[in-house]
Amino acid sequence: MMNKTSKTLDIVVRPGMSLTGKWHKNTYQIKRKLGNGAIGSVYLCETKGKQAALKISDKSSSMTMEVNVLKSLEKAQGNRLGPYLLDVDDWVTAQGTYSFYVMEYVRGMPMTDFIERHGKEWVGVFMLQLLEDLEKLHQSGWVFGDLKSENLLVASSPPKVRWIDVGGTTQIGRAIKEYTEFYDRGYWEMGSRKAEPSYDLFAFVMVFLSVFYPKRFPKGSKPQATLFKKINDVKALKPFSYCLKKAILGKYSSSSEMKKEITNILYQAQKRTTRNQQRHNQRNKSTSDTLPFMIESLGIIGIAIGYYLSSLIIP
Amino acid sequence: MMKKGTLKQILLITDGCSNKGEDPAATAALAHQQGITVNVIGILDDDQTEDPEGLQEVEDIALSGGGVSQLVYKQALSQTVQMVTKQAMTQTLQGFVNTELKQILGSEQSMEDLEPEKRGEIMEVVEDLGETCDLEVLVLIDTSASMNDKLPTVKEALIDLSISLNSRIGRNRFSIYSFPGKRKDIDKVFDWSPKLDAVSTVFPKLTSGGITPTGPAIREAMYQFGKKSLLRSFRKNDEQDIENA
Repeated sequence: MMNKTSKTLDIVVRPGMSLTGKWHKNTYQIKRKLGNGAIGSVYLCETKGKQAALKISDKSSSMTMEVNVLKSLEKAQGNRLGPYLLDVDDWVTAQGTYSFYVMEYVRGMPMTDFIERHGKEWVGVFMLQLLEDLEKLHQSGWVFGDLKSENLLVASSPPKVRWIDVGGTTQIGRAIKEYTEFYDRGYWEMGSRKAEPSYDLFAFVMVFLSVFYPKRFPKGSKPQATLFKKINDVKALKPFSYCLKKAILGKYSSSSEMKKEITNILYQAQKRTTRNQQRHNQRNKSTSDTLPFMIESLGIIGIAIGYYLSSLIIP
Repeated sequence: MMKKGTLKQILLITDGCSNKGEDPAATAALAHQQGITVNVIGILDDDQTEDPEGLQEVEDIALSGGGVSQLVYKQALSQTVQMVTKQAMTQTLQGFVNTELKQILGSEQSMEDLEPEKRGEIMEVVEDLGETCDLEVLVLIDTSASMNDKLPTVKEALIDLSISLNSRIGRNRFSIYSFPGKRKDIDKVFDWSPKLDAVSTVFPKLTSGGITPTGPAIREAMYQFGKKSLLRSFRKNDEQDIENA
């Protein structure tokens, strides 16, 4: 069913063509396909000289639900968590009517690629950025649900993690709308699929594990032991392992609590490195102090030996 | 707010065609008329293509039964079972809402004829209903010989389904029947219960036979919704709720 939908969509929606909405009469020129979602496909398009992302599907009701989420997220806060919504409309064709919505095109690099290219020191930065956004989202009564590395892009200057698919976003207290097995605590037998902050925090840990295990890993007969071992085995995650395990066990009641502990770890680590650096500098300083002295004394000894030898030759 | 009702679904899990008794699409149509939605999941063997002949029946049964169908490889069964169940719930609820709309707006109007903003408001109502309504799912498992190696995966998928549905606000009842039965068309594997985690112990009991009487199985399954034990258990629960309150 899902396959059939995207296949027919690929036939109907082609790069270069334009489509016009039934209700608002805006025209969009399709540039290229950006990807497939759980429902429908996303295309890069151009309208009035500007680039935007257009999501289209034949599942009108699911699309409407996604739009509802985007709208409530915008209402909930000035700070934009998801992509900015630009237009919602229908497209009537001979093959049938499709629903689409147009949103801001978030340009960026997948988080995993970014960390690979720019270094592991970004792990801590992105952890804090994500926890801050999750905190805001949870405070406004929502849970992200389908939090996974594929849904996260790093936009540049300055590097900032952005969420690109909010389809799984669910009101707190309800059943998670959309999820991906590897990131889902129900799959790992570590809890329910009720939308609560701790559900997102579990997926949060899996996001950072997926950065270091791009091919993922199987559940095994003892899921919790598997997860703990995988956390222990990554050197870059070592400083955070206590927090990550706590989140796996669902022991954080809020993202601010977790953010506080991670901030603390980063702060301590920074203090330690600056202290080490200072100590290192001091050591350098002491050798640089002694070096001239040693050269000097070596010189004096040399001259002394010279005098002694010459006194032997010349009686 | 609309009155909270109970949605009834049959979830048929099979890997082949029926070969005995009446046309399953016909019995599915009958069930649909009784207010029961029939969903069908066809499990593909690893060497089968995504669009095999002979499995057209899967789509036909779901179409007549007002439900959702999906062909899937064993590996993706868990997610598919949930997607199908939830989609069917939304579809049924949307059907109710559409009927109401037609009464208000005239016979030619449906949700798709409304502008996106209004549609959004209606979908919010449908979503609320889906979250809060009570749900009864009768799982009907084909246990003919070829299903044998798929049953452990089916068991896992059903436990997973119960985790998902029990994360909702509304109440759930599940039961599991297998077909063909030893003497009857279907055999009870697991009686109506709010959770499926106890299912692990009963599953190995399934024995596989050669014939696939899908039509008669759906007909029998339909009658299991009217059973008194179910009514009684719901009533008992209600009383408890009142006492707790």
